[in-house]
Amino acid sequence: MAEVLVYVDHVDGAVRKPTLELLTLARRIGEPVAVHLGANAEDAAKILGEHGAVKVLAADAPEFAEYLVAPKVDALQAAYDAVSPAAVLLPSSAEGKEIAARLALRIGSGIITDAVDVEAGDEGPVATQSVFAASYTTKSRITKGTPVITVKPNSAAPEAAPAAGTVEQLAVTVADSSKGTKIVSRTPRESTGRPDLTEAAIVVSGGRGVNGADNFPVIEALADSLGAAVGASRAAVDAGWYPHTNQVGQTGKSVSPQLYIAAGISGAIQHRAGMQTSKTIVAINKDEEAPIFELVDYGVVGDLFDVVPALTDEVKTRKG
Amino acid sequence: MSLRIVVCVKYVPDATGDRHFAEDLTVDRDDVDGLLSELDEYAVEQALQIKEAADDAEITVLTVGPEDANDALRKALSMGADKAVHVEDDDLHGTDALGTSLVLAKAIEKTGYDLVVCGMASTDGTMGVLPALLAERLNVPQVTQLSEVSVDGGKVTGRRDGDTATEQLEAALPAVVSVTDQSGEARYPSFKGIMAAKKKPVESLDLEDLEIEADEVGLEGAWTKVDGATERPARTAGTIVKDEGEGGKQLAEFLAGQKFI
Ligand SMILES: Cc1cc2nc3c(=O)[nH]c(=O)nc-3n(C[C@H](O)[C@H](O)[C@H](O)COP(=O)(O)OP(=O)(O)OC[C@H]3O[C@@H](n4cnc5c(N)ncnc54)[C@H](O)[C@@H]3O)c2cc1C
Ligand SMILES: Cc1cc2nc3c(=O)[nH]c(=O)nc-3n(C[C@H](O)[C@H](O)[C@H](O)COP(=O)(O)OP(=O)(O)OC[C@H]3O[C@@H](n4cnc5c(N)ncnc54)[C@H](O)[C@@H]3O)c2cc1C
Repeated sequence: MAEVLVYVDHVDGAVRKPTLELLTLARRIGEPVAVHLGANAEDAAKILGEHGAVKVLAADAPEFAEYLVAPKVDALQAAYDAVSPAAVLLPSSAEGKEIAARLALRIGSGIITDAVDVEAGDEGPVATQSVFAASYTTKSRITKGTPVITVKPNSAAPEAAPAAGTVEQLAVTVADSSKGTKIVSRTPRESTGRPDLTEAAIVVSGGRGVNGADNFPVIEALADSLGAAVGASRAAVDAGWYPHTNQVGQTGKSVSPQLYIAAGISGAIQHRAGMQTSKTIVAINKDEEAPIFELVDYGVVGDLFDVVPALTDEVKTRKG
Repeated sequence: MSLRIVVCVKYVPDATGDRHFAEDLTVDRDDVDGLLSELDEYAVEQALQIKEAADDAEITVLTVGPEDANDALRKALSMGADKAVHVEDDDLHGTDALGTSLVLAKAIEKTGYDLVVCGMASTDGTMGVLPALLAERLNVPQVTQLSEVSVDGGKVTGRRDGDTATEQLEAALPAVVSVTDQSGEARYPSFKGIMAAKKKPVESLDLEDLEIEADEVGLEGAWTKVDGATERPARTAGTIVKDEGEGGKQLAEFLAGQKFI
């Protein structure tokens, strides 16, 4: 069977969930071969193997951390040359897309970004995209070269599928021309202990209606009662009430959880662009005309400072 | 030595309008008003600030797009850019990301540059790949997704806020930069700026000028093909209740029914 390269997104060998989703999608079009760049490939190989990776191509070089993006393109290209895959799948993060684009150009292939589904087709993999703030669904394929496709988080449920997951070292030469952009320093993001926004099954977001950083604990308390991640609208972020890393929308994170709860958010097109594919949408807003209500499965017209704490209490009671 | 800055700006259908696909599955541009992609205003703004901090700099705004895309150039000129280049050719209709990057790269080389500034993503295709593709084609460093940027002594430095970390980046010029909407509000064109823009030069180029064959771009030359586009069915109207003291409880009931609690 044809092999499919899957680019592994990980933090020091701790594989992030979108990669497991990619492995699930990759198995529909071939045999997944994972590409792990950086430290602790052996740790990663275990979980990658459990999710269907027949092989893990591993390379570690200081250049991956010292220079931006380009050395990783060199490595992925080496994996491509070693395997001659039927397709290459990467996560749709900013970096994943940049690596994908440069690889596609080098190998003379087309690229599709932000797929929400990938299936086998008669003329190669068919990617589904959700475009124009999720108002259209398109089906696309790549007509030249080896399909390079980036996939959004939460596009598939990771399935267990035991495979060998054997680690093989990949020889990588980082070109001098790939050492153009120095990473002078890196400050890792502090963990809040809450689930990662893009990976969470439930997201609770607050907007301008939260009216101040001091009030965000109201949103956090609901999130914690549900085991959810916390999101924010750009208005809340721009006002300095919540970090930009939590922004949901076109220029923030794109989320697609099982449940999205928007409190004090009007539902501007740029916000919708990041959450409209959520499975169940709930809104709390005191303005019954707010556009967010056009999207909801359940909406409460009311003051969030009444509704959210009452909901939090109720969740806690029910969960015991 | 003058610092030559090229800012890539895209003309896009207004996101607040009803965007559609045309019969050939390309974006229907007649249906909705077009404008300068709002995210490219941030690119123009950062270019202007870099110019203001430099001894001597010149900003060229560059677009690849239909005749109307001239509006996007005028907006950028009225914000303060010095001149413009418009690549326009019927054979460009339906060009994909790789094709667009080819045209932009050739136009940038023809114009001459020390620094290319892009937005983080267009507001229609939203791929966020053009800056990386340009860096690859031009064989210069990519310094992308910056929330802060400055240029000094032949070097560009900036801050990139990634998923798991914040990075400080540095590269020697020439380089390709992209900036996010965290980089700072874009200025409004002043009346004086709008009047001055009318007199600024706009150079028009076609594929022949750039020595690109028609079959390298356009729908025919594309590396990707859209086979179908369907409008998302309107969501079935959800339940909406007014909070009269029981809103939180009612919502909990709904969430329990859906097995979320
Ligand atoms: C290029 C571009 C990119 C953008 N990217 C993003 C993005 O990624 N994400 C994003 O979110 N936005 C983005 N925006 C901004 C977007 O257009 C909106 O301005 C923003 O989403 C509004 O945030 P909001 O809904 O919190 O605020 P508002 O629109 O001001 O809405 C606040 C809502 O809260 C309600 N409210 C007030 N008080 C209460 C209360 N006590 N109880 C209940 N409800 C209350 C009000 O009725 C109102 O509906 C972008 C804009 C542009 C131009
Ligand atoms: C809904 C939709 C989905 C698409 N999906 C794909 C796909 O999966 N694969 C594919 O190959 N093509 C795709 N395209 C086509 C693609 O959008 C265009 O080729 C486009 O010009 C490049 O991608 P982008 O607009 O997403 O740019 P981005 O990479 O998001 O743009 C980043 C920056 O590049 C600059 N830039 C981009 N385009 C231009 C331009 N024309 N002139 C000047 N500067 C520019 C701007 O500074 C912009 O801020 C899609 C188009 C649409 C409308």
